[in-house]
Amino acid sequence: MSMPSDAGYPSLVDRTRPVEAGAYVIAAAFVGEAAAFALGDGGVLFVGEGGETRIAAHEGGVLVAAAAGNELVTGGDDGRVLRFRGVGEPEALGEVGGGWIDAVAIGADGAVAWSSGKRVYARDGKGEVRTTEAPSAVRGLAFAPKGYQVAAARYGGVSLWFPRVDAAPKELAWKGSHIDVTFSPDGRFVVTTMQENALHGWRMADGAHMRMSGYPGKVRSVDWTNDGKALATAGADAAILWPFQAKDGPMGKSPKELGVRPARVSRVACHPRAAVVALGYEDGCVLMVRISDGAEILGRNPGEGGPVTALAWDSAGARLAFGTEDGAAGVVALPAD
Amino acid sequence: MAADASSEKTPVTVLTGYLGAGKTTLLNRILSEPHGKKYAVIVNEFGEIGIDNDLVVGADEEVFEMNNGCVCCTVRGDLIRILEGLMKRKGKFDAIIVETTGLADPAPVAQTFFIDEEVGRKARLDAVVTVADAKWLTERLKDAPEAKNQIAFADVILLNKTDLVSRDELDEVEGRIRGINPYARVIRTTKCDVPLDAVLDKGAFDLDRILSIEPAFLEADDHAHDHHHHGHGHDHHHHHEHGPDCGCGHDHAAGEDHGHKHHDHGHGEHSHGGLKHYHDETMQSVAFEIPGDVDANKFMPWVNNLAQTEGQNFLRWKGILAFAGEPRRFVFQGVHMILDGDLQREWRPDEKRRSKIVFIGKELDEAKLRQGFEACAA
Repeated sequence: MSMPSDAGYPSLVDRTRPVEAGAYVIAAAFVGEAAAFALGDGGVLFVGEGGETRIAAHEGGVLVAAAAGNELVTGGDDGRVLRFRGVGEPEALGEVGGGWIDAVAIGADGAVAWSSGKRVYARDGKGEVRTTEAPSAVRGLAFAPKGYQVAAARYGGVSLWFPRVDAAPKELAWKGSHIDVTFSPDGRFVVTTMQENALHGWRMADGAHMRMSGYPGKVRSVDWTNDGKALATAGADAAILWPFQAKDGPMGKSPKELGVRPARVSRVACHPRAAVVALGYEDGCVLMVRISDGAEILGRNPGEGGPVTALAWDSAGARLAFGTEDGAAGVVALPAD
Repeated sequence: MAADASSEKTPVTVLTGYLGAGKTTLLNRILSEPHGKKYAVIVNEFGEIGIDNDLVVGADEEVFEMNNGCVCCTVRGDLIRILEGLMKRKGKFDAIIVETTGLADPAPVAQTFFIDEEVGRKARLDAVVTVADAKWLTERLKDAPEAKNQIAFADVILLNKTDLVSRDELDEVEGRIRGINPYARVIRTTKCDVPLDAVLDKGAFDLDRILSIEPAFLEADDHAHDHHHHGHGHDHHHHHEHGPDCGCGHDHAAGEDHGHKHHDHGHGEHSHGGLKHYHDETMQSVAFEIPGDVDANKFMPWVNNLAQTEGQNFLRWKGILAFAGEPRRFVFQGVHMILDGDLQREWRPDEKRRSKIVFIGKELDEAKLRQGFEACAA
């Protein structure tokens, strides 16, 4: 069996700046002009025009990270939450004693949420931190697109929490262990990835359930397409895109498969402006796929470095940063059109 | 099943034991030996573990049911989360030790390694080591189902605090352990003083390392077992003699010591060296052997169906089978409904092809199991 290579696809491999990250790449992001890689050894590596800058951010390791709007938030096993808004020393947002940071999320207007065990924290743009406790340890967090509301995924469902309101969080229940959580950009749906090889969704208006299954593996990466009409997901030998534009979301509809290859998709990242999704595979390959017709461009050949664990576009969609389990990384520059 | 490089996976040792048996003592002993290795330790309480250079992580024993309609398919959600985090720091430690609380059921811990694909890809369950209190275990076996589970589940049992009981009491408590789980290696200790190789790197769940499934005291080795204590050589034939109304704790003593030594392993299942044998009312082990081949086309459906229908009651089960027409040994092991099996090495020319399975579990229907197995004979 021959693996797809440069020969099979139009390729941007020669427009890639390779980066030796040297440790498990937890997340990639763009902070200002620089690409940033949050690493399992506790460091954050910035790669910009001025060269590479490595910051020892967390003692131990970075466990989780979130990126949005030119900032990177990291959580470590030192119990600290840090925010990077430029190359250099981060801002300390919070610290939990004696626990790991298990999840982080970035909201609008400088809001950040994090969790450690069952305890969930939300910090608004003014720096006020509120906290609540979920029924079991939280695995994933997300801010609602509108309003100051946090979803926390955990065993048995999702807790919807308004940090400014002194009321118990609203529970979205579904049996099983929920890991990551995301709101659809229009706020109509909440979707989780599960311990089982499936996604679960709720329609916010009436709590209707939707179950998206059939994956051969756990889904550990999801992202909404630039128009917000579909959710791209990893966990299969192709990216699975569930249509969400209809009133009923994906109920009764078949998903679209993109980038079918003989390797499992480990990361997905949708282009911020175009109907294109970048896919990272467990064999290290990176593809960019046009959603309309499935046309593929190679970003990285399969090879050493292990599974792709991080994938991120810059805000213009001109550069794609990737990182792998064994610490290989790089930045692919798209040709200006 | 492709042979995966299990040596590249981080080994995980699970320490169980009822409250106060000495788990923390064992843990500290493991960590303080000059082995030059680094351990990541997952504990439930940050107690008296004061070892530098090792990574200590707190867990909260969240047991999750899987959404597959199988009630015993439980995993430890916190363990998945913690192992996932640890695996992002490759090379920072050599092995992982999970200490469970005294009331924990070892099954969800073990099942985590078989059910969670990501965990299973990076880490392998090495062995379940149970620390038992020589003075109190007999009582706990009567009133604490957790203690019984921990004994039944174990690969290695440290019968600890032996200095607090007489030799007779020690024989008695070991007899009770054997009545539940004759396959675990029992090591008598005072302050969990065991050589590390007796508890670490056992490969108890590694199909390639399941070489035989004889009661542990028949196996030749140099473990720190008390050689004055002659084994409880009941075997499966012996076992069959107990009726269902056999009372718990009833002494089935077969007589005097008659010089059964640990090294005469050649006696196999025909030796009846037994001293006291206790039959536990709720937790038993049974073993069946076919002195030849079984038909894989009969055996596989039977064993899979068994996992589905009765796996709930099987804490641990194992088998080494000779499949008709297959030169290699088929080895399987199971935890409740989860089965793991593969073809192993070839039967050696000097080895008699035979098929054997053992079960440790609750309320085993011995006659039905035997009948089912014997119907698989080729």
